[in-house]
Amino acid sequence: MKTDSVLEKILTSGQLAVTSEVGPPRGTDPEAVKKKGELLRGVVDVVNVTDNQTAMVRMSSMAACAHLKQLGLHPMLQMVTRDRNRLAMQADILGAYSHGIDNMLCLSGDHPKFGDHPMAANVHDLDSVQFLRMVKDMRDEGKFQGGDEITDPPKMFIGAAANPFADPFELRVARLAKKSAAGADFVQTQCIYNIPKFKEWMKGVCARGLHKEIYVLAGITPMKSVGMARYMKNKVPGMDVPADIIKRMAGVEKKKAAAEGITMAVEMIQELKEVEGVAGFHIMAIEWERKVPEIVERAGLLPRPSV
Amino acid sequence: MITAERKPLEEIVESVASFDRILLVGCNECVTVCAAGGRKEVGLLASALNMTFLKGGKSVQITEHTLERQCDPEYVEELSQLVGGADAILSMACGAGVQELARRYKDKPVLPALNTMFMGASERAGVWSERCAGCGNCVLGITGGICPIARCSKRIMNGPCGGSTNGKCEISDDVDCAWHLIWERLKALGQTDLYEVNMDAKDWRPAGGAGPRTIVREDLAE
Repeated sequence: MKTDSVLEKILTSGQLAVTSEVGPPRGTDPEAVKKKGELLRGVVDVVNVTDNQTAMVRMSSMAACAHLKQLGLHPMLQMVTRDRNRLAMQADILGAYSHGIDNMLCLSGDHPKFGDHPMAANVHDLDSVQFLRMVKDMRDEGKFQGGDEITDPPKMFIGAAANPFADPFELRVARLAKKSAAGADFVQTQCIYNIPKFKEWMKGVCARGLHKEIYVLAGITPMKSVGMARYMKNKVPGMDVPADIIKRMAGVEKKKAAAEGITMAVEMIQELKEVEGVAGFHIMAIEWERKVPEIVERAGLLPRPSV
Repeated sequence: MITAERKPLEEIVESVASFDRILLVGCNECVTVCAAGGRKEVGLLASALNMTFLKGGKSVQITEHTLERQCDPEYVEELSQLVGGADAILSMACGAGVQELARRYKDKPVLPALNTMFMGASERAGVWSERCAGCGNCVLGITGGICPIARCSKRIMNGPCGGSTNGKCEISDDVDCAWHLIWERLKALGQTDLYEVNMDAKDWRPAGGAGPRTIVREDLAE
């Protein structure tokens, strides 16, 4: 074992892992985080906490992670390269680990253009691949990025994002290989709606033997409505929502659409469980955390293993 | 070239409103090529200023002069005879030119008429785009001749990110994804193996992280 992470233990044991996420509030109320966290207790293994998602200012991921940790949950610190240089990133990694946070997800982050501070400087001192390498070297070499030794290094279980649906498709397996080589232990994928394309990507991943080097958690986001499906298709960068998904959501009465979205998510998990190389699921129920227990249960992923 | 755009006329007018004699100085280099501050643009701005001030009932003396290179002390010296007759200098060069005038003519206010933009190239008539960030450690040899630092919106050195769609950047359909371009070029060159080599964290010191940059050539320095 590289870390004390619960997620690492579950994945290493060969059982399917389940993660989910909470978005911190745009304010100072810790209850907002705790409430969302409680909805996921016993239902998922680790709870991602987003970092200024969609480039909107929110309570810091680290502070929100600490609130969840105090509740006895296992949080995952998300961090984007957009907002911090390597000094700030490493300082926060030390700080997070000092709070017992031992999972993290290394991202580049949405462009500020999409958020509430489009005039902000875009830091990107490191990119996501270099970020992964830094966290790995902190853990495995006990060294800061600048080369100095760390007396008591942070032992993070290191995650990355992968989007099999962004272009050009043909280099998406190679990009996963780059992240794996840089130090990612696992990836959580972009929300999957185009299952044939995802399977094609996974085939490429397995053909290179990458599934033996890096755990792939398939990203699932339940649709609430046909409006959401259309929005995801047209407005969210790098999102691939096939026409038959829109058609299915449009085909049910409005008040039954949410239930249909949940059923669709459950069916997707059932299907993806059978795909070689899928090591678990990352369920991103955006502002819909209360539905995660139902999805996990109906997908046959309960009870969660105790490790 | 260094590209620039003229500031809005109102802003320029406001900046020189308190002066009666203005020396308007163009530059025959980059800003001439990008049609922002050459002889022609100096003439156009002088006319626009004259008309604006006349309408306001004010008569201003504007002297036009375009230097071969405003960032070069040798050419800037040329102005020494003209500066005495002016209350202020209005520069139509890039920021380097403006500062060279300010350094040489210490007792004269020097005002910028342009906003200096980026190091770029001409895409087609009337369109220039950013190509180089002057980062001090060129990687173009391994990125298919397309710069990820200057041309990726997140200056990702191991891209592309998850936001690229149909060859375009997540920020706009008008912006090419630099990494898509890099990948296509590496394919054309038979160099896709270069893509798989992770580029290490960048040392930003040569890019300006170590403070203002200077080049000293011992063989040429006096």
